[in-house]
Amino acid sequence: MENMIKVFVIDREGVTHELDAPTDMNMNMMEVCKAHELPVEGTCGGMALCASCQMYLESDTPLPEQSDAELGMLDQAFHVKQNSRLGCQIRITEEIDGLVVRLAPN
Amino acid sequence: MIQTDVIIIGAGPCGLFTVFEAGLLKLRCHLIDSLPLPGGQLIEIYPKKPIYDIPGFPIVNAGDLVDNLMKQIEVFKPGFTLGESALTLEENIDGHFIVTTNKGTQHIAPVVIIAGGLGVFEPRKPPIENLEKYEDKGVEYIIRDPEFYKGKRVVISGGGDSALDWTIYLIENNIVSDLSLVHRRTSFRGHLDSVQKVMDMANAKKINLITEAEVVGISGNGKVESVTIKHTTLGDQVKEADHFVPLFGLTPSLGPIADWGLEIEKNAVKVNTFDYSTNRKGIYAVGDINTYPGKLKLILCGFHEGTLAVQSAFAKIHPNKKNVLKYTTVNGVSGF
Repeated sequence: MENMIKVFVIDREGVTHELDAPTDMNMNMMEVCKAHELPVEGTCGGMALCASCQMYLESDTPLPEQSDAELGMLDQAFHVKQNSRLGCQIRITEEIDGLVVRLAPN
Repeated sequence: MIQTDVIIIGAGPCGLFTVFEAGLLKLRCHLIDSLPLPGGQLIEIYPKKPIYDIPGFPIVNAGDLVDNLMKQIEVFKPGFTLGESALTLEENIDGHFIVTTNKGTQHIAPVVIIAGGLGVFEPRKPPIENLEKYEDKGVEYIIRDPEFYKGKRVVISGGGDSALDWTIYLIENNIVSDLSLVHRRTSFRGHLDSVQKVMDMANAKKINLITEAEVVGISGNGKVESVTIKHTTLGDQVKEADHFVPLFGLTPSLGPIADWGLEIEKNAVKVNTFDYSTNRKGIYAVGDINTYPGKLKLILCGFHEGTLAVQSAFAKIHPNKKNVLKYTTVNGVSGF
């Protein structure tokens, strides 16, 4: 499909969801998960201010470097690992086709 | 007891604009907010961020929008109880509501409009199994009075400014007898000079700086006596301590209104879109705190919701008075 990539989200029960994500809607991973009604809160609306969309990067997809805001927020979050990311800071682009992430615990 | 026509819980943009619409109907309002200033998220989270979808404003900074709303409602002289969070709601025999804050301030009105946004900002609590058992028994999330820690052994965890600032304060003022700062990473994201000071204190052995580590357990008989610190490579160590102070910032939660007998769905208050009323007569919910089919969390939608809610509130307060919509272009705005 044009302007559409596949991303894989492993939920907190270990179930993998294969999601279609549009690259032309200026979306991020937090929003894609919410659009598919996966249990991601995204309380702050995507400003890297709440860490309620924390997910672990499980594929070797090259992602842009994390911003200071994202790293600062992750400093205040829990269950943080080396591969922690804020879903709201992962933009949906062609380059991340096939991305695999696992939702962090609440 | 503070008496008014409408108690508005939450002084964010929707709560503030609701004062204006209520004022046009000659209803007086009093706002309660847990934050020390009006504006809600716009002031607390993103005062400098531009907003592009306020009708008539191609671009407006969040802070400026709040200033404008405050100007707009000034004529209706709203009351404010700031820095206190609405804790309990009781209904008296006349069907009036008494809202009491965490500091004991009481308010009474026939109508309550909840404009609580994301909820109450509360300290973020680390996932430690028996943490809550030790709250106020050696575990504190906020340092209120530093002298409280005089001569004590304190473990602080966190890597932000408040963890750094309090570490510096407690050491520079010779308050604590022993201080450990536990942080998950080796670097800190606080102000550079604070980071440097803490590093210097660690090198001078004035504090125990334990990085790449987390506090994972607490033990003690009825109060904190020790904490377990898990290092990513070195394993666990038990550290004797009188206090454990996790400083991980604030996070919003629905808070006490979850216990007010309101129908809750997806962490929000269910309303009827006819008038944004909740399942309890006389209580309305507007803005980000409510939910209904098709809900969009937008400021402009919240303005609309507050406007309709006060029409319904008017009918409840004045059941025998007829009300017709009046335009401000025709009648202007006459305040109190």
